[in-house]
Amino acid sequence: MPKFEYAPAPESRSVVSLRESYGLFIDGAFTDTVDGRPFKTISPATEEVLAEVTEAGPSDVDRAVTAARKAYDQTWSRMPGTERAKYLFRVARLVQERSRELAVLESLDNGKPIKESRDVDIPLVAAHFFYHAGWADKLEFAGYGPSPRPIGVAGQVIPWNFPLLMLAWKIAPALACGNTVVLKPAETTPLTALAFAEICQQADLPPGVVNIVTGAGETGRALVEHPGIDKVAFTGSTEVGKQIARACRRTHKRNTLELGGKAANIVFEDAAMDQAVEGIVNGIFFNQGHVCCAGSRLLVQESVYDEVIASLRRRLSTLRLGDPLDKNTDVGAINSAAQLAKIRELSDVGEAEGAERWSPPCELPARGFWFPPTIFTGVTQAHRIAREEIFGPVLSVLTFRTPAEAVEKANNTPYGLSAGVWTEKGSLILWMASRLRAGVVWANTFNRFDPTSPFGGYKESGYGREGGRHGLEAYLDV
Amino acid sequence: MSITLEGARDLRGFLHGLPGVDRVGAEARAAMLAGRSIKTTAKQWALDLAISMIDLTTLEGQDTPGKVRALCAKGRQPDPADPTAPHVAAICVYSDLARVAAQEVAGRGIHVASVATSFPSGRASLDVKLADVRYAVAEGADEVDMVIDRGAFLAGNYDLVYSEIVAVREACGEAHLKVILETGELATYDNVRRASWLAMLAGADFIKTSTGKVSPAATLPVTMVMLEAVRDFRAAHGRQVGVKPAGGIRTAKDAIRYLVLVNETAGEDWLDPDWFRLGASSLLNDLLMQRTRMKTGHYEGPDYFTLD
Repeated sequence: MPKFEYAPAPESRSVVSLRESYGLFIDGAFTDTVDGRPFKTISPATEEVLAEVTEAGPSDVDRAVTAARKAYDQTWSRMPGTERAKYLFRVARLVQERSRELAVLESLDNGKPIKESRDVDIPLVAAHFFYHAGWADKLEFAGYGPSPRPIGVAGQVIPWNFPLLMLAWKIAPALACGNTVVLKPAETTPLTALAFAEICQQADLPPGVVNIVTGAGETGRALVEHPGIDKVAFTGSTEVGKQIARACRRTHKRNTLELGGKAANIVFEDAAMDQAVEGIVNGIFFNQGHVCCAGSRLLVQESVYDEVIASLRRRLSTLRLGDPLDKNTDVGAINSAAQLAKIRELSDVGEAEGAERWSPPCELPARGFWFPPTIFTGVTQAHRIAREEIFGPVLSVLTFRTPAEAVEKANNTPYGLSAGVWTEKGSLILWMASRLRAGVVWANTFNRFDPTSPFGGYKESGYGREGGRHGLEAYLDV
Repeated sequence: MSITLEGARDLRGFLHGLPGVDRVGAEARAAMLAGRSIKTTAKQWALDLAISMIDLTTLEGQDTPGKVRALCAKGRQPDPADPTAPHVAAICVYSDLARVAAQEVAGRGIHVASVATSFPSGRASLDVKLADVRYAVAEGADEVDMVIDRGAFLAGNYDLVYSEIVAVREACGEAHLKVILETGELATYDNVRRASWLAMLAGADFIKTSTGKVSPAATLPVTMVMLEAVRDFRAAHGRQVGVKPAGGIRTAKDAIRYLVLVNETAGEDWLDPDWFRLGASSLLNDLLMQRTRMKTGHYEGPDYFTLD
């Protein structure tokens, strides 16, 4: 029994008013499905049914694309940038006004701690809309020619790990550049996207500019393969990303893909150790490790290995796992039964392959999907847990002796989304950053996001950038 | 962490070999912990613990025996309306008033802390500083709050700072030694970590942030760095050293944030008046006000709490 037992401090659910069932958001209104069917979305922390939502069928997707096309041709692509900006600013402010509700809803549907949805996800959502609102009337200065044109209708498919944030990453730049969108949220986390549809209504966004079709893989396929879209933007698994890239081949469709990762978080012996340990924890246990750029491979310089592992274990023992709505929760629920099964399978493989598994003493709730923070030591490059994306709170620890060896190991992966470098030596940071083949290299920090900074991958982590001036290219005809 | 003095060629080499502190990361961590939400039973427990950790302090040129007697009365029984409120940890005064304080709290389990070594500047000869310490102890102080020579520290003269602390430690005899780093003058977290280790190696029983006469006084990130230092020092040397943030802690909310910081940095072994103190004066009434509200469900006005 700990001396200082923090009493439950749950964020109130009363700010959220859920409907019993949701239709599809097409042409500015919620409509019933034509050829789809209902399915339920649950809270992964309790398995409680939150609402019934609609799996859109091919005709629904077709209606949505038609609405988007009409809005593109008649309204949005012709509207001056200054006017588009006004709508985006309005959306950003509405997100801020409803931030508490959106945070609670996100934590309910996704399982992530309220601390993260409240302090990271939702503020970044607003920031992305504000940032891109600023670009809408300044596109001629973005470096893509004097009068860059939009592409047309974008079909966007997003994952469940940062539901509303990924929506913002997709919708904000698309709209700023003059495109219209049909967006499909992940099947396990549709609720904040539907709340966003209400925000579009509140903002008086012209009908058809944003369409939200909920559903699973089949709906996504119908959207991606629809001949009426000009651009596919996808964030998700590398496996699906490859299918999408194949589907877009020999069509007029452009595509940008933001896929998996197996990032190296590299700790040198001269690192600011307490902050490096925080960075390791944040790198892999933030959002239960459901982060494509998670620092899932820890590379520690051998001379400080024992010290780092001891500090890490001590720090992990203070992590608070439990009710996502409790303001003191550090680690929430795994998003789905399927994801939990995958994490368990790969962890078992890690053990079977001879790595040493460790978790802090940690009581898991009886209902819902939970996995304790886990560290594997004695991992080598040949282990599956050092190569495959686990997408869960599981850290593989490897060692290195020299900077060159660290670079070699960090780059020795089919992925290349992010990397972290921890050292007090500035010149070493620059030396590493120029050699690491990763879209983002963090120095003495990890998992920091900002709308002004381009994000995207090398190799099987995908192509195209989101955010910053570079991110506009994905939505301009250049 | 495997830090020991053995093998270090000299103090400078050792202190500069300590891991650095990344300012951005440290402040982010402290801010995250400040966001912990402490409610209901946890809050009640924390309020009482915070009261029992206070070094109730008056360090003014205008202090008189009467003022100190009033402070001691407050320290013994902080809330006359509620005898279940715990007493404070210590009364902290200048050395010439230590005798008054010692008489007032004798037999009550309250310590008498006296500042010494030419507090707050520390700018005097070693002889004068040691005489100040011996006088404080002779007058009844069982805790001595000394200041380090910040000028010497910033000039890199670590041996001087170290030997002064060793000398003061000896002059203290049985009295506990708190070493004030005056972190507001040390400028960087790296310096705070080095000064913490320096003080602990020289024999400090407690390391303390500030005199309260310099701004900034105690801050959460500075205290966090010091808590990391005592944690690592115990792991390396097997000796536990206490921590005392002082100055600028005025509200119950602040105090609870410090307790969370202790709990999640050094660990619960430090959640005890023997190992963690809060140097404060006006904080006590806010803690009492919150305590009464937790019990009765409503706030009493400030006139219902005694001003000492």
